[in-house]
Formats: sequence, C-alpha cells, structure tokens
Amino acid sequence: MNDMGGGMGGGIRAERPLFEGADWDFNTVQRVHDAIEQIAVDELGLDVYPNQIEVIGTEQMLDAYSSIGMPLFYKHWSFGKHFARNETLYRAGMQGLAYEIVINSNPCISYIMEENTATMQTLVIAHAAFGHNHFFKNNYLFKQWTDADGILDYLEFARGYIAHCEERYGEAQVENLLDAAHALMSHGVHRYPRPRAADLRSEELRARERREHEERVFNDLWRTVPTKDAERSDKTVDDRRRALLQLPQENLLYFLEKTAPRLQPWQREVLRIVRIIAQYFYPQSQTKLMNEGCATYTHYRIMNRLHEKGLLTDGNMVEFLRSHTNVVFQPNFDDPRYSGINPYALGFAMMRDIERICTEPTAEDMNWFPAIACASDPMAVLRDVWANYRDESFILQFLSPRMIREFGLFHVLDDSNEQNLRVEAIHDERGYRRIQRALARQYDIAWMLPDIQVVDVNLAGDRRLILHHRALNRVLLEERDTRFVLQHLADLWGYDVLMKEVDPDSDSVLKEHAATPRAGILQPDGS
Amino acid sequence: MHIVDRRLNPSGKNLANRQRFMRRAKSLIRKAVHESSASRSIKDADQAGEVALPAQGVHEPSLHRNATGGIRDHLLPGNKQYIEGDTIPRPQGGAGGGGSEGSPDGDGQDDFRFALSRDEFVDLFLEDLELPDLAKRRVVDAESVTWHRAGYSVSGSPANLALLRTVRNSLSRRIALKRPKPHELEQLRDEIAALSPDGEDDARRIALEEELTRKQRRSSLIPYIDPLDVRYRLFTPQPKPVAQAVMFCLMDVSGSMTEHMKDLAKRFYVLLYIFLKRRYKHVDVVFIRHTHQAQEVDEETFFHSPETGGTVVSTALEEMQGIVAERYSPDSWNIYAAQASDGDNTASDNDKTAALLTGSILPVCQYYAYLEVGRDSEHFPPGFIRRDSDLWQTYTAICKTGAPMAMRKVGHRRDIYPVFRELFAKKQATTGAETT
Repeated sequence: MNDMGGGMGGGIRAERPLFEGADWDFNTVQRVHDAIEQIAVDELGLDVYPNQIEVIGTEQMLDAYSSIGMPLFYKHWSFGKHFARNETLYRAGMQGLAYEIVINSNPCISYIMEENTATMQTLVIAHAAFGHNHFFKNNYLFKQWTDADGILDYLEFARGYIAHCEERYGEAQVENLLDAAHALMSHGVHRYPRPRAADLRSEELRARERREHEERVFNDLWRTVPTKDAERSDKTVDDRRRALLQLPQENLLYFLEKTAPRLQPWQREVLRIVRIIAQYFYPQSQTKLMNEGCATYTHYRIMNRLHEKGLLTDGNMVEFLRSHTNVVFQPNFDDPRYSGINPYALGFAMMRDIERICTEPTAEDMNWFPAIACASDPMAVLRDVWANYRDESFILQFLSPRMIREFGLFHVLDDSNEQNLRVEAIHDERGYRRIQRALARQYDIAWMLPDIQVVDVNLAGDRRLILHHRALNRVLLEERDTRFVLQHLADLWGYDVLMKEVDPDSDSVLKEHAATPRAGILQPDGS
Repeated sequence: MHIVDRRLNPSGKNLANRQRFMRRAKSLIRKAVHESSASRSIKDADQAGEVALPAQGVHEPSLHRNATGGIRDHLLPGNKQYIEGDTIPRPQGGAGGGGSEGSPDGDGQDDFRFALSRDEFVDLFLEDLELPDLAKRRVVDAESVTWHRAGYSVSGSPANLALLRTVRNSLSRRIALKRPKPHELEQLRDEIAALSPDGEDDARRIALEEELTRKQRRSSLIPYIDPLDVRYRLFTPQPKPVAQAVMFCLMDVSGSMTEHMKDLAKRFYVLLYIFLKRRYKHVDVVFIRHTHQAQEVDEETFFHSPETGGTVVSTALEEMQGIVAERYSPDSWNIYAAQASDGDNTASDNDKTAALLTGSILPVCQYYAYLEVGRDSEHFPPGFIRRDSDLWQTYTAICKTGAPMAMRKVGHRRDIYPVFRELFAKKQATTGAETT
C-alpha cells in the first residue's frame, strides 16, 4: 500500500509513512506532531502556542462537554444535567462525540479521544493543535478579550472560591446565586473595550503632559473671555446620577456586581467569576465561522502536504478525505438535514476562495478584490485575515460573488405583517452586495442577541431598576423565559425590576415586564 | 510538545454535579421512576434505566428573542428556482420561514431523557419503604449472639474488675466518711516527737496522743477499699441480626391461573426480591408451585411450565414447612413468604390450610404476603356482588388475629407497585411490629 504513491508529490518523498493502518501509540502521536509542526510553522508560517496534547476517554470527553470544554470548572447542577443528557444521547447512538476539544490557553491544550484511529489523530492535531491554536494566538478579538496565560489559573481560583462559599454559606445559597448569574450570562459581557483605570505612573505622565500643553498654549487673553458658568448647573440631577452609575449599561452582571445595593461581598465576587468566564467565551461566539474555517483549511493543507511527502498512505488519505467531506457538507435549505449554514463548510470554502483569488483571479475578482487579487503569497493574506477580522467583517469583506453562486445563497424576508415571504436578493449582479450585507448581519453579535440595557434606577425612591429592550425589527423577547430571567434579576437587585420593550424607530413602548424579588432566595433577611 | 495521558485520571469527575442535579430534580425524577417502572419488563426491573423528565423542571432560562413575529431575514443556501421579487407562501406551523429552519425539536420543549444508574434507580424506587419487623423475633441461640458492654455490676469475675470505677467509689466513700489521710497521722507523730521531753508540755502531749489514737482507730475501721466499692464491667448478650433471608414464592399453577395472572405474580415476586436484596446480604429464593400436589422447582419451570390439576393449597404449605425444617432454620434465617393465587381452593382443604398457617408457618415467618390475582378484563354487571374467594375468606380470619400477614387483590400490572408500596410503607411496618 505504501509504495503506491503516484507522481503528484512535491519535494522529497519520505522513505516510509508516519504510520500504517489505524493503530497508534504515543510515539506515533509525537512523530505526527513533529511532522505537522514542520509543515505548519515552516511552510504555512503559522504562529502557535506550545502544544499540550491530552489523551482522554469517552467519559472524560462527556465531562468536558458538560463544562463548556474547560478542564476544571466549579460545580453546578446544570453541568450535571448536560452531562446526563449528552451521555444518554451518546449511549443511545443518537449523537457522536467530537473528535477533539481545544482550549484557548497557553500552552494550548487539545484533547484527543482514545478511540480515534491514527488518521483521525493526525487530522485532529492538524486541525486543533495548529489551526485553532494559531487562530487563538493571533486573532485580535482573542488578544483583546482573553488571557490565555491566566485562564487555567483563574478557573482554578473560581472553583476553589465557589467551593469555599458553598461550605461557608450553604449549597442552596450558592446554587440560587449561580442560577441567577447563569440566566444573565449572555448579557454579562462588555461589548466594547472600556478605558482602563489609570495607574499612578501613567496618571502622573498625563498630568505632566497636560501641564506642558497648557504652558504651551497659554494666552492671558482667555482670562478675559466671559464664561457661561450658569449653564453648568443645567445638567439635571438625573443626568449626573446616570453618569455616576455608568448608565446606560449593557453589561447586566457588571452593573449588579458594582451597584446592587444588597449583595454580600462574596455574592459580588461570584457574579464577577461568572462574568469573567462569559467574557472569556465572548470572542468564540463572534468568530465561529472564521475559527472553523481557519482550522479546516489548515488541516486540509497539512494533510495534503503529508500525503505529498509520502508521510501518509493512500489508504489513510482516503479515510481522511471521507471524514473531511462529511465535515464540510452543506445541505440545501430544502434538505431534511438542513439546520442552518454549516460554519465548517462556508468557512473552509471562503478560505479556499481567498487562496484562489490570490493565485488565479478572474476579471470579476480583480474588480471586487483589487487588494488581494494576484497577491504573491496567499498564506500571508490568509494570516492577515485570520488576525484582523471577525465573522461579520470577514463576510462583508471577503464573500465573493463566486461563493454566493456556488452556495446558491438567497435572501428571504419574513415580515409578520405581510401575507407571504418575499425573495429579496439572489445570486445576481443586483444581489451580491445585498446578500453580503444580510449574511454578515446574521453573524453580527449585536443582531444575534437582544439589545438590553439598564437605563435608570431611582436610588432615592423605591430603587426600582428600569431596563430597556430595543426591539429590533419589532421582534419581542420570548415571554416565558424573560419572566424567569427578570425574576432572577430582581432577586439579585433586591428591589423591583421593570423591563420595557421599546420600538427603536418610534420610541414607543411595545410591552412591559415586571418582577418583584422573592424573600429569602438571595437576600438573607428578605425584608 | 507534551502528551499527557488522562485516561487513568479518576473517573466520576462529574459526580458532584450529577448529585446536585439529582437533588434539584428529585421530585420530578421520583415521579418519572414510578411511571417508568410500570412499563418495565421484569428482567431489568432493578437495572439501570432511562427516565424522561419534563424539560421545564430543570429549565435554564436566558434572555432571547421570540421565534415569531416582527421582520426577519433568512439567508439560505441552495437556490434553484427563485428570482428576486418572488413570493413564497408562509410555511405552515409558524412563521419559521424558508424551509426547515429552526427544527421543531431544537426548542427544548420535548422531554429531557437521561439514564439513572442501578443504585440511583433502586434507591428512588424503594424510597420510604421499610421491611416489617426487621429484627428477628425468634429466641436466638448461642451462635448468633454478640456480647456488648452494658455498664457496671457489683458482681463478676476478677478478670472483669473495673479498676478505675472501683477506686473512684472508694475515694468518694473515704472522703465522705472523713477517713484520716496518712500524711495527717504522720504530721501528728512528728508534732509529738518535736515536743520537749522534760514534761512541761504534758497536757499538750496527752491531747495530741489522744488525737492520734482516735485517728488511727478511725483509719483502721474505715478500710481503704471496701467490698462495697468494687465494680465489675458488665456484658450482656445481644442477638446478632441475621444477615440472610430466604424468600418463599408459593404459586398456584393449576389450570385456572392464566398467563396474565402468573405475570402479575411474577412482578410482585421481583419487587419483593429486589427489596429483600437491599436489606440482606444474602437472599435465597425458593419456588414452590402447587396444584393438588406441591413441589419445589427452579425459576424457569415455576413461571413457564404448564401444569394441570386441582388446587390444594395446604400441599404447598406443607412443602414449605418441610423445606424450612430441612434447610432454613428460623434461628439463622429471616423467612419471608409470598403466595400468589387466584383464590381457588378445594373446599375441604381450607381448614387444614388455616391450621397449617397459624400453627407452623406464621410463627417462623417474618412476613407472609398473600396476593390474590384477578383477570384484567374481569368485569361484572352492575348489581352483581362478587363473592370473596375461599382462600380470601380463610385468610381474612387469620389476618384478624393480628398475625404478621398481609393480603391484597391485584387485577392489573399497574396496581402491583402501589400494592407493594402499601404493604411495605413505613407506617404499616411499625404497626405490624407492634401486633406481634
């Protein structure tokens, strides 16, 4: 089997493949990793964290599933629930397990399953330990929002702290608090970077610069200009209070942690833990398409190179291709298997498309992508893309007409006031831009999650917390869940909570929800 | 690059989470267990199993948009026929739009299914049930006795002398009776010796010597240790709980017993078996079937081999009596018996049955359960009063005397579990024990 190579190889062919058949041991994994590393770093120019590959069994994989893939996590019943559900589905054969899980940490930890064949392990190492790893290390969102060096230590702290709280304040108290915090987790992230609190040195530096600037532009005439000091007091008490509370505030957990009047210090710390973990996962939800596209493209390139070099037998290559084809399969909208756009499929296709635009652009591509068409090194372009875009901007920038045609993408508008759905755009000259924009918007986190903000609180009076949901396109919140979540919010806040759903066009209130805190759930005395 | 082998890490990392989940969902799970046990087959009655919980009970809410209403955009792949401006009738079943977007079961409204381990299942299954009269009622023989400390006694063998307690008693007695202490006598003697020998302190010397004699007398009269003080450690025998049980399954297999009735009986036996197994280290099961004659058989034959003949219940009781005498001494075995029958008995046999039961079976049994199985489809025209069966009447009379015996009627398999619970519910157990 191994000498059936065929003449397509580039460069020197290896004497013998890395492995034959399906069996593997730790030496195989080491050899595979080294061979892949050579291709990934030297030929593709990837920049990765050091790798740590951990071999795990089925139960441990299920374990990792239930705690959002993290190797250590605090204890909560919801994780037990997810474990039980996944286990049942898995045992009944209704759900396969992922081949790998990779953690954005330094060193980058990838879990590989003991049941996988040698080919699958090679694929997994190329995909996770190099593809995802490179993306984690280089993408601006991950750089900005996550701390790969500290995350494992932080989780260790979080687990210890919450266990300590359970011991000290009782499991029920902690459970109620975590329930409430988890319900608000999706709205516990900062969407935009905030100014960091200045430390003393930079403060001093700034003061000096300001003084120098004042000296430079000093003009005694300014003293004689009459000022309008009367107007300053026009700023109402309300505005000042809102400014003090940093309102409006979209990070509900942050707001509660800093402002909720009746929380104990340990409760604030637990809210903070949940918030920080939510923030850590925030970039992942915005880069799903790119992350998978990057990893899939990387493993595809690497596996092909391994085969070219004679390090992978033809049989193993066929096994890989079969698995790869399954992963990047995109069913059509009228297919019973359809469940949304497959990020692996679209991501991989777009990466391949960028490579094609760089190397063999058509006239259309020259017109649409003058900046990258005919670029000498497609990998350099891709590395730049992986570093500087998120899903939304990536699609807006790089979804080519050719991709739209190949996928047969079309845009359907569903207005509940109309009788029928209407096809807004298809893959034609008039439609390309519109489809680009519409698809990009589907990946925009501001469109995916409802826009909810704390707008006001009457601290002097009944302390009622007022939130607004700006109902984009008149889509309201799901009522039942909203009631539950508001109840949790009221428990945390300690006083009444009112949520108004506002039409952003007319500022009219479409719907209101209110909640009153329950006694004895989170506040010790409940009075 | 490091490769770490985590496969050998301790498993069950998720146990704590699972326990928290179970505790939270306990009432829901309990209900689901009881429902699922009704539909289970006998073989896996005490195996691990899957139960379905209503999804809302362990719901995790979050803020998200409604699935319907407003203006929505759908971007779909695979266009073959549409051109811009086409209209598509809204798909039925909500305004989900465009094809199968948003699969109906993706909403989490369906039941939440998960598997319970065997122990978890049986725990919930038999929760709140108690074996009646768990301790052995019979007089225990020497073999099954352990000796336990039971305080102190005034008599006993020297080996059991409780030194500390004895000395403590003696000390308190000496203090109470003001026995002079040795150093007081010593002090007096020293004082006498220190007086000048030339007679000027005579009066004082006489007084001191008198005092000394008095004290010496007192100390010889009040002993240091008196027989009154002596205590011995006391041991009393306690019956050792018998950790093994035998379960007698008696069943009428005459022609009048249908497969359905046998199935009901089997279900009851299985429950009893699971239950006993959780209480005793070792459980033996003896199967006795009878028509007009009784024999001990293995399980397969017991349930499945057809048999014809009349019905004489006393034969089974005699057989049981014989087996007890031969193999299961009541001193070292807890004996449970469960009889299933459709209630038929040869009329002339009823008195003998009653005599056997009261005379020799019930005295050695911990508990005797009688299950009268009926036909599922049995149904009588209104106004027709069903006569109690011969056996039922006979046993009712015995039951009234307060024997450790219970009887129930069962017509459908869904009744088996409630009847079983009723028989072994905790309250029942205590009253049962009092009457014995």
